[in-house]
Formats: sequence, structure tokens, C-alpha cells
Amino acid sequence: MSAEPQEEPILDDRSAGIVQTQFVDLFPSSGPLRFGNGELLGPIRVAYETYGTLNSDASNAIFICHALTGDAHAAGVHSTTDKKPGWWDTFIGPGKGIDTSKYFVICANVLGGCQGTTGPSSINPSTGKRFCLAFPFLTIRDVVTVHSELVRHLGISQLLGVVGGSLGGMQVLEWAVLFPDQLKAAVVLASAPKLSAQGIAFNAVGRRAIYADPGFMNGEYYDSEGPRYGLALARMVAHITYLSEDSIELKFGRRLQDSDRFAFSMQKETEFQIESYLHYQGKRFVQRFDANSYLYLTRMMDYFDLSEGFASLEAALAQTKARFLVASYDTDWLFPTSQSRELVSALLHVRRHVSFVELRCPFGHDSFLIDIDPLGALVSPFLNRTFDSVRS
Amino acid sequence: MPNSNRYQMPDPSIQLTDELIMRHIDRGSRVIDLGCGDGRLMQRLHDEIGCEVMGVEVEQANIVAVIERGLPALAADLNEGLVDIPNNSFDFAVLSQTLQQVRNPKRLLLEMLRVAKRALVVVPNFGHWRVRLEVLRRGRTPITQTLPYEWYETPNLHFMSMRDFRDLMDGIGLRIVKESPIIKGRSVDQLLGANLRADSAFYLLERDPTHQAAGVMDVPKR
Repeated sequence: MSAEPQEEPILDDRSAGIVQTQFVDLFPSSGPLRFGNGELLGPIRVAYETYGTLNSDASNAIFICHALTGDAHAAGVHSTTDKKPGWWDTFIGPGKGIDTSKYFVICANVLGGCQGTTGPSSINPSTGKRFCLAFPFLTIRDVVTVHSELVRHLGISQLLGVVGGSLGGMQVLEWAVLFPDQLKAAVVLASAPKLSAQGIAFNAVGRRAIYADPGFMNGEYYDSEGPRYGLALARMVAHITYLSEDSIELKFGRRLQDSDRFAFSMQKETEFQIESYLHYQGKRFVQRFDANSYLYLTRMMDYFDLSEGFASLEAALAQTKARFLVASYDTDWLFPTSQSRELVSALLHVRRHVSFVELRCPFGHDSFLIDIDPLGALVSPFLNRTFDSVRS
Repeated sequence: MPNSNRYQMPDPSIQLTDELIMRHIDRGSRVIDLGCGDGRLMQRLHDEIGCEVMGVEVEQANIVAVIERGLPALAADLNEGLVDIPNNSFDFAVLSQTLQQVRNPKRLLLEMLRVAKRALVVVPNFGHWRVRLEVLRRGRTPITQTLPYEWYETPNLHFMSMRDFRDLMDGIGLRIVKESPIIKGRSVDQLLGANLRADSAFYLLERDPTHQAAGVMDVPKR
């Protein structure tokens, strides 16, 4: 995902402040994690951050599920010299949509990721080498199982809420079905109970770009440059799916990057501003993300279908006990409103407490990271009333 | 453009329609409130008679207001039907005072009785004698008190009478379980010459299982 750069001062009285990523080893080798495909792995290292204070009866905890390429650093800054705060800093902090003066907020890097939690780039304890493609095949269920264990480890028997957008929203749904007693409220933003064929198509292009890069070397590239062109290309394609026709037009139009006339040269690859922007996004992504993780996580997303293992989506949702808030964005074509509506309809079918809104915002799929005020206006009262109901 | 010179049909007060609706809903039932506004009636149904409620609203600010009450609401335009709401998922569907404003009232009524066993509606009676007189004497279209707008800008799209409404119910296989004319701000069980005298009317409707429901085929299905 691609949150807009922050322009306000990043450390003010509405900031979660200076925070640190913490690490914990869960699932000891004596009680390893059983993946969906039956493979066992332990210990699992989890990188996570917390904001705010857990209250005495541990009833004010909210878990944030990050999207495809997010990390545990959702809010605040790591040091006073940080140029950028956490990826959802506009949404999480004292007095913000998710109010850390009231709630204890947890965010963890997903299993299979590359920002501190065990993933394909981690060392395989049984070989002493990096897993690469020997990492167990991953599902959203496995990711949620690890999150869930982290919550137990933190001494929280029930979360007030689980909140996530996009792939994060899929985790919220899986969580509500898999561990229904562990959450009171589920907030599903710009997400879906399964990835659309169109979404799979774009992921396929991204993966092909990585596989086809000579630097990929069947995933064992850690001693070399790696598939940096392929990974950058994957990001460029994916990034387009996070935007909308309107937002690209608004932000870039047909404007040229550093001239007011065409170069008429095939050597110049970044002539339009949008070209330059995509190249920049690709380049920056390679610096922070691991290609193997990208393969595993996009595949996990493709495979996700909440109804799997059940007779229907309704049957899956019949397992849930949480109340739901579902929001989509009118310009999001990667996770279109129709998919949220399908989810809402199934929730109504099994008579769950559900609210749904399609928010208007020009920024496409990325809207949930950018257009924070209308989101806060919905999520904040939803969580507050749920909190009241827990305490009464 | 409000126009004060003309006869304005009085709309039933919110208190009256709320009371009528509350009176006809069974304790503890599942109720969907179409055009629920800020959730005022939903709150009463929930708090006073233990109903499980759901609101449908087009305005986002209203959705937020309902969520503020701790109650659920869906954003939807009643003009587009209730496509996301499964069959028979509610005991009662409530539509107070907006039927004449939706583009296709017949379709919405059928939709209400697709998603709920019973429907409660309040509709204005444009068959009132003063409306007829206005048409006869001045040749003017009727306007209502809360929406005293001219024909080209009024949200009131349909001008029906109680007789028209009954005809439609017959035609689309809906049974009127109860009809309460509303006159001078009060609802009555019986009213002689109701189609001439009532300002509006409250209806409790259900599906007529014996009817060859031709109209039901129009209902969009998922």
C-alpha cells in the first residue's frame, strides 16, 4: 500500500509518540505452529508494537491487521529524527479514530512477512540456512493463528476489536470465524471475503515479474542482489491497482516529469510524471521488501476464501460472534463495493449485527490509508459503543 | 419553493407514526427500518420492546448517528431496492412517510415483504376532499405540509389515495391486515368516507399466500 507522505509535524500531542518494535518467540519447538498444510514450525518470532495502556481487566485492546506490504509499525515514530511515522499514524493515536488514550492498540507483522516476523527470509532452525521457498505454504488462517497466540501471550483473553483494511480486512474476517470468542467487534475496510479474479490476475503478473528475473535464482538470492527488477515491476503493477483513474488524473494527468515537451527518445523511460512516480515506488519498495515474502503473501491472498471448509459464506459467518462494521470505497476497483455488499448480505443472512457504508473518496483502494476523517467518524463510535457494551 | 397560499396536506406527526408502528410490532421481533434517519424509532424499538433492529439510510451522517446509538445501519438507496437483504430475514419492515417519494413504490413494497413477514407503512391520502377541491377549483396539484414544494421540485413523486393504495395491494398480492386512517393528527380504527376525509393512513401489510403473485416476479433476486 502507499500512504501519502505526511506533511504535518509528526510528533505532536496527537501522536502515539516514540515507540519501539518488540519481538517475542511464540510456538516453542515443543509446541510448534501447525500450518494449514500440516507442516510444523517453531519457534515463530513475531514483531509487534503496542500503543496506549492495557486497562486492569484487559478489556480495551484493539488489534490492527496490516495489509499486504505493511508492518508492525502502525503509529508513532521510532525516534525523533524519523522522517515518517507509522503507516496508519493518522488513524491511531490519542484522540484519533482509534484513540490510544482510551484503547490499547496492538499491531504485528504477519507470518511470512519480512519486517521482523518469521518468514521465508528467516533462518530455518533445522538447516541453519534461510528458508527461501522451503518456507511452509502459507494461508491467512496461519497468519491469524499467530496473531491470536500473540494476543493470548499479552494476557488478553478477548479483544475489544480487530481492525484491518484490504488483506488486513481478510485477516479480520478469518479471525472472526476462526476464533469467534476472541473479539467483540470486527472492522473490515476496503476488503472482501475472497480475492476477485481480477485481483488474482494482477498478483499473477507481479509474481511472474519476480520469477522471470534472472536474479531470482529459485528464491535463493540472499547472497546476491536478488530479483530487484522483477520485484520493482511487481510493485509498479500493484501500485496502479491501489489508485483510481481519478486519482491518477488528479495527481499526475499527462504532465511531463522535467520538461514541457516530449523528448522523442526511446532512451527516456520516465518522461511522464506518472511513469516517474511508478518507477520511484518500485525502487523504494525493493529497498524495504523481500521478493519471497511477496510471493508467499500474494499467493496467500489469492487462496483466501472465507467460505472454504464450509458449505457457504453464510455457514462460515455463522461461526462469528462479533459485531461488524464494513466499509468500502466508491473508487476502489481492486476490492469493489460489490464484494463488501456480498459480505454484508451473508452477515445479514446469519443475522449478525452489521453496519455498512460505501465511503466516497477519489483515491481508489488506498483511500483507507489516506481519507482518515470519514473513517474515524465511523470506526470511533462503533468501537466506543462496543466498549460501553462490554463494560455495562 | 414553499408556497403558503395553497392547501397543504398535513403530515402525521412523528410521534403519531412512531406510536402506531410501536403498537403493531411484537416484542422481541426483528425489525428493519427503511429510511431510519438518525435511528430515533430504532432506539425505541430496541429499548422499549426489545427488538433486534436494523436501519437503512442513504445519508452517511445518519448512519453515523445510528452507530453512535450502538445500533446497526446499512447505507442503501431505497430507489435501488433492497438487493443485499436476504429473503425473510426480518419479522417487520417499517417505512414511515417516504413511500410517495421513492421512484418505484410497488417494487419497494414487494421488496419489503420479501425481506420481512410484515410491513408497516404510512402513506398520505391525496384523495382528501380538500385536495380534490383544490384540483377542481384552482386546477393545482396537491402539496404537503412538510414538503410544500412545487411539482417540478417536490420530493413527492406519487400522489396516491387510500383507494389507489388498496387497489395496488390487491394487484400485487399483498394483504392489508390493518388500515388506520389518520385524521387531524389522530389515528382511528374506522372512518366513514375515509378516502375523502383521512389526511393519511397507516397500513399493516403481509403477503397473501393465496394470490397468484404476478408482481413478485419483478423483485430482484440475488
